[in-house]
Amino acid sequence: MATLEINVSRVTERAVSEAPWLRRLLVGIALVFLLAFLLVPLFLVFREAFSQGARVYLAALSNPDARHAIKLTLTAAAVAVPLNVIFGLAAAWAISKFRFRGKQVMITLIDLPFAVSPVIAGLIYVLLFGSRGWLGPWLENNGLHIIYAVPGIVLATVFVTFPFVARELIPVMQEQGVTHEEAALTLGAGGWQTFWRVTLPSVKWGLLYGVILCNARAMGEFGAVSVVSGHIRGKTNTLPLHVEILYNEYEFAAAFACASLLALLAVATLIAKSALEYKHQRDRERSLRAAARQEEP
Amino acid sequence: MAKRVIPGFGLSLGFATFYTSLIVFIPLAALFAKGLSLGGADLWRVVSDPQALASYKLSFGAALAGALINLLFGGLVAWVLVRYAFPGKRIVDALVDLPFALPTAVAGIALTELYGRNGWFGAPLGELGLKVAYTPIGVTVALTFIGLPFVVRTVQPVLAGLDRELEEAAASLGADRWQTFRRVLFPALLPAALTGFALAFARAVGEYGSVVFISGNMPFRTEITPLLIYSKLEQYDYAAASALGMVMLLFSFVLLLLINGLQFWTVKRAGG
Amino acid sequence: MSIEVRDLSKRFGAFQALDDVSLTFNSGELVALLGPSGCGKTTLLRIIAGLEYADTGAVLLAGEDATATHVRERGVGFVFQHYALFRHMTVFDNVAFGLSVRPRRLRPDKGDIARRVHRLLELVQLDWLADRYPDQLSGGQRQRIALARALAVEPRVLLLDEPFGALDARVRKDLRAWLRRLHDELHVTSVFVTHDQEEALEVADRVVVINQGRVEQVGTPQEIYNSPATPFVYGFIGDANRLSGQAAAGWADFHGLRVAAPEFGQSEPRPVTGYIRPHDIELKSEGGTGVAGRVESVAQVGAALRISVRVGESAPSLQVELPHHGGHWPFAVGQAVHARPRAGRVFAG
Repeated sequence: MATLEINVSRVTERAVSEAPWLRRLLVGIALVFLLAFLLVPLFLVFREAFSQGARVYLAALSNPDARHAIKLTLTAAAVAVPLNVIFGLAAAWAISKFRFRGKQVMITLIDLPFAVSPVIAGLIYVLLFGSRGWLGPWLENNGLHIIYAVPGIVLATVFVTFPFVARELIPVMQEQGVTHEEAALTLGAGGWQTFWRVTLPSVKWGLLYGVILCNARAMGEFGAVSVVSGHIRGKTNTLPLHVEILYNEYEFAAAFACASLLALLAVATLIAKSALEYKHQRDRERSLRAAARQEEP
Repeated sequence: MAKRVIPGFGLSLGFATFYTSLIVFIPLAALFAKGLSLGGADLWRVVSDPQALASYKLSFGAALAGALINLLFGGLVAWVLVRYAFPGKRIVDALVDLPFALPTAVAGIALTELYGRNGWFGAPLGELGLKVAYTPIGVTVALTFIGLPFVVRTVQPVLAGLDRELEEAAASLGADRWQTFRRVLFPALLPAALTGFALAFARAVGEYGSVVFISGNMPFRTEITPLLIYSKLEQYDYAAASALGMVMLLFSFVLLLLINGLQFWTVKRAGG
Repeated sequence: MSIEVRDLSKRFGAFQALDDVSLTFNSGELVALLGPSGCGKTTLLRIIAGLEYADTGAVLLAGEDATATHVRERGVGFVFQHYALFRHMTVFDNVAFGLSVRPRRLRPDKGDIARRVHRLLELVQLDWLADRYPDQLSGGQRQRIALARALAVEPRVLLLDEPFGALDARVRKDLRAWLRRLHDELHVTSVFVTHDQEEALEVADRVVVINQGRVEQVGTPQEIYNSPATPFVYGFIGDANRLSGQAAAGWADFHGLRVAAPEFGQSEPRPVTGYIRPHDIELKSEGGTGVAGRVESVAQVGAALRISVRVGESAPSLQVELPHHGGHWPFAVGQAVHARPRAGRVFAG
């Protein structure tokens, strides 16, 4: 009996999977690839940041220009993320709850900023608002500065992070359909009540997921912001731009010290993202189990 | 138009359309308007200038090479993550998204250090006579890095959703493992893999932050198209910058259409 | 409260979901909308609720035109097919939802809401589940919570879309009887949609049979079953032998089976279709009147024998059902028999 079982298991294993040596080889190649391409660069950032000791590290971060850059990065994200959340909710509501002409065009347009080079993202605002752009002279006459100033940085950040929230919400809300909203309406709820009390809570994890990705990109954006910022130290430098300046001035330890903050942000983003994915998967399994559960007498 | 029961159609669609126009549509239209203001002959001169041609060759060539590397290794990573158990798998799975989360400037300086003459990888590679930083190979490395998650993330769910019975059926019909992979699994995974490839390619063509540090930015040799646009802009040559931007955008549109088609194909394959 | 719909029509693109439907539902009645899937019954229910607007026609609630009234103001309770319970709210909060979204001046205070919710949960016998989330409930429990939630707003009419559709067979039966009792207790005008004839005939006061967007027949369950008005209803409700034949001079003939057809008094034979219930066929072992045939198969199903009889080379097999109370089967395979219809219905064509 025992020999028979062993035989059976060996046969099935050969039928549905690869030989153990091959499996180990494939896992090995994949891990070496990921190690070399992902983990080593990440590790290097922290290693270089502390290459001249903790004192230099802390000094680099407490430098006034660095602190201003951190503040500006936070500001840009604090404006861009909420704006794109509102847009994402509105777009997802329109696209998932209604049928209308041009819906597919809208979905494609939402994806467009992902396909646009960051440099072009900056360029288009320079064309509109730069001192030699279409609206620039008029704006300057009225004392408004967008390019080489904070509003330009915010605009460029909004552009590059534009799709994140909408993209996460649209499939989630499409999958949920309209029944819950209809149920709320039959119970007498108004439009906003339905939105706040029924729709929003049911998409909150998808929303959070989108916000996390949106925020990571908003704080880390380099190309688009670089085009519109003008690199004025202590004025229009975000943290990634500050890293660039330090690096180009051969202040490697300081550059990597600031970079390590951004790397930490990335690691935190990955952890939060995985935690949300894990939670989502667990919820889904739980509700599948509940649905499959036998009726209680 | 029919009356709608669910409220908020006008408000949500109105705001979404207004915002999309303001942030995306009008600025991009401005780019085309500026680029086209050059007129046919000048436009052609700008976009077919030898320096521009060299930059296209590098941008598209290196992006293509990076996407191909990612097609191969991304497919392998997806396979390993879905099919095999190994310690630390969840961490590895999370790590795959690092290029999405890590700011490109950070990636750029880290890769430059790593592959520089005295870098951990650069030094041994240099001994072998292979210079990476400040060469097209360096550009390819950076573009491989930023495109890495795409193929993994498009192939992974399709592979996970594949019914294991397909392979068992193939095995029961006498196919060996390699035949099963080639004739059963590969066709099922192909649309997703190509979607990931196209996404990685599209992202890499426009990439700026992670490339500028490692490329060295020598005109005709290691200057990517986005950087050329940047330098035109710094010379206040808005029209030329817009013209080159148009070339890249048109290419992006074509890729976007292609990706939409591929995604449609993926869904159809998976559903059938 | 009574419900009336007049001349309702609704198209979805090229698909005619409802075609000139007029119906009246009396106050306090429990009515079933019965039909195959895609027949338009759910669309009709949703139009009554105000979740869908008809292309033409009117909806009257308690005699007042409600065609343009928004679902929010119609005062209908709607139970969705898959319950549509709010997953992020407890059972208590689900049931309290309708009361808690009322404008401040109409909203009962917290204590009042709690009392009313608990009374409803007692009514559906699930008071002990108040703190659970919908994911933690069984299908039957979710169904009853959905009903309690709809009742919380004291609706003037209760509309239920396939209320038992997503449940397994045994729970369905229990809930059916329970819904009937609940209705007898509350007497709120109720309309439910179903594709299950047994469900409709067992639970409803009246049944509306719908097919391809049109009303085929309206009547009590007995009327629907005993005198189907159209070939469709005959085929859809209960089992029936469907036979092709000729009719003339008040009689129809189907391969020798004769059925009274007073509508066909003309002398020229005309092609007709006849419907004969299996239990309306009499079988005699020998010497009986009627058409001769041979038993093809016999099977016992519960307290009935199902016998298949071939009455001729070209004719289809006749399905016959006889009551059976144990003991020997009176017929055996291969036996010669005579079959005679006791009743049947004949339609032209």
